[in-house]
Amino acid sequence: MRILVIEDDRQAAAYLMKGLKESGYAVDHAPDGAEGLFLAGSERYDAMVVDRMLPGVDGLEIIKSLRDKGNRTPVLILSAMGQVDDRVKGLRAGGDDYLTKPYAFSEMLARLEALLRRGNVAPADTKLRVDNLEMDLLARVVSRGGRRIELQPREFQILQYLMRHQGHVVTRTMLLEAVWDYHFDPQTNVIDVHISRLRQKIDKDYDQPLLHTVRGAGYCLRASG
Amino acid sequence: MALFCVSVSGVLAFVYYTTEQVIVRQTDETIQAEILGLTEHYRDEGLTGLLQIIRQRSAGASGKRGLYLLADQKFHPLAGNLQHWPDSPVARSGSAWIDFLVRSEEQGAGAPQVARARIFDLPGGFHLLIGRDMTERGQFQAVMAEALLGALGVAIFLGLVGGVLMSRDLLRRLDAINRSTRAIIRGDMRERMPVTGSDDEFDQLSTNLNLMLDRIHELMQGIRQVTDNIAHDLRSPINRVRSRMEMTLLGQPDVATCREAMQDTIDEADAILGTFNALLDIALAESGAPREQFETIDLAQVASDAKDLYEPLAEDRGLRFDSEIASGLEIRGNRHLVSQALSNLLENAIKYTPDGGQIGLYGHQGEAGPVLEIADSGPGIPEGSRDKVLARFARLDESRATPGSGLGLSLVAAVARLHEAGLRLEDNEPGLRVILQFGAAGSTGGKGLESGTRDESSAKSESTRKSGPMAATFFAQLAAV
Repeated sequence: MRILVIEDDRQAAAYLMKGLKESGYAVDHAPDGAEGLFLAGSERYDAMVVDRMLPGVDGLEIIKSLRDKGNRTPVLILSAMGQVDDRVKGLRAGGDDYLTKPYAFSEMLARLEALLRRGNVAPADTKLRVDNLEMDLLARVVSRGGRRIELQPREFQILQYLMRHQGHVVTRTMLLEAVWDYHFDPQTNVIDVHISRLRQKIDKDYDQPLLHTVRGAGYCLRASG
Repeated sequence: MALFCVSVSGVLAFVYYTTEQVIVRQTDETIQAEILGLTEHYRDEGLTGLLQIIRQRSAGASGKRGLYLLADQKFHPLAGNLQHWPDSPVARSGSAWIDFLVRSEEQGAGAPQVARARIFDLPGGFHLLIGRDMTERGQFQAVMAEALLGALGVAIFLGLVGGVLMSRDLLRRLDAINRSTRAIIRGDMRERMPVTGSDDEFDQLSTNLNLMLDRIHELMQGIRQVTDNIAHDLRSPINRVRSRMEMTLLGQPDVATCREAMQDTIDEADAILGTFNALLDIALAESGAPREQFETIDLAQVASDAKDLYEPLAEDRGLRFDSEIASGLEIRGNRHLVSQALSNLLENAIKYTPDGGQIGLYGHQGEAGPVLEIADSGPGIPEGSRDKVLARFARLDESRATPGSGLGLSLVAAVARLHEAGLRLEDNEPGLRVILQFGAAGSTGGKGLESGTRDESSAKSESTRKSGPMAATFFAQLAAV
């Protein structure tokens, strides 16, 4: 997997690249918009991380220009501008996700990997499955090992999101955004409570837990072993 | 000044010209009337009668300066008070108006006078002249011209004096404003433009400038307050991080100790960032900028989302979550900020309510607009301290900073102001009840104490709102650094 990082802040870029390389990605770095545009146009990348404030150019312009040329590479926008309308602008320009600086690396990685997977999961799937856990999106029924599990609507949404990102880390922030459309961080561990309730319902009576906590990052739904 | 002179002259010239016209016309009309009378006389009594009446009139008319002359075919005078028929060719050509010079009998050989007359032919070859000596008219014109010139002089004089006085007054007042401005530039921010109380344009200018200065003063105070807040709320955790790292380095740390210290540092940094974000959110809400993106939002939906999110947490803490939300509570607003405010209030309620207690979230349509109420059965806030808590909304309050930034209520207050919603704290007997009244800011009726509280908070909010935009800019700059 190749990632292009367009970021003018040397230190931030070095930190990003170190983290991404340690996570097993090949990373290229462009310190300004022109080089970024050149690299994005000439090489094939699986995803890009674009800083919004680049010297002389708005990162959004780069994304727009790429999209106009038919380049559909997933883009994660990094920005110090964290207001909701900034985020809307970023997504409208063709960004696929928007992360406000400063951010935790684990959060960035989880989001980037979610973007990388986006191409693989057909959103039209009406049935999701992790191990023996099944979700029927049309009937809105969840069952494990053939036994039906009753979920509250929010629990259903959380589980659906986790199942779509199965095998990968999903952060609390991602869940808040996806399920509640909340773009701020509550001060309490409110998501943890929802997760533990969900865990009660899907894991309690089974030997193999599916819903795992990833320390310092978030949660992951995956078949054990 | 020149313009003034020209216009005054113009007006006076016009007056002169019109008056002259009127006089000429009057003379002509008098003559015409006399002719009419004489013609009738002539028709009734013939030439003899005419001769008689002319003699009569000539004799009596000298004072009135009436001129009469009846002449024969050869223009020899037969009767009248003119010595001879005027010499000009026009005078002998038939019916016409003529102006000519005449020496009247009384004046004898004096200067010839201007006269105006009408002549016409009578049947039988006789010629009749009826006229008026225009001396009086001339004199009148002279008098009038003199008077008008005098008036012109006086007008110009008065204009000059008035103009000088007036511009001196203007300059004096401009100078006063300039003096005040220079004083302010020198740093005396308390200086204000002089207001005379006459409510003229200058007074209005001064009043407006003063209002502007007051506003600037408030904005500066807002920035100072924000700076103080940052210093207060960010300096201490940064200091904590610093000393923690220093202490770790002082010893002979093994890897585990280092890891622990680093994890602590990350947690502290997160807390600092949280505080910073909260300050930014508050600054944003107070700037009023989100109003431009206001959309219709359903508070019932916002409230039930928040309930969905927090109910499990409350139950985990052994609290009962009571809720009753009417449908269709629509307002114009920013969903994200209202959600965040609601979330802060619910977190506070959960945080401060002991085990076995109850918290509540209610939404209903009030008289003025939708009302959201967040209640808890915690210790509440004593009646006397509610003002203090409200008054502290705009400031950071260390004592309420249990986990989190301690800015939760500040954000709620800022969001309420942004939506022009009234924010009240009431006794929930036991516990605290926070009431957000949307629609009209704090316009519902209430008991004396509550309305007092409300006034205080709205006065406070007024001043903080004003400090908002600049504070927001300030923060934006900070964020960009």
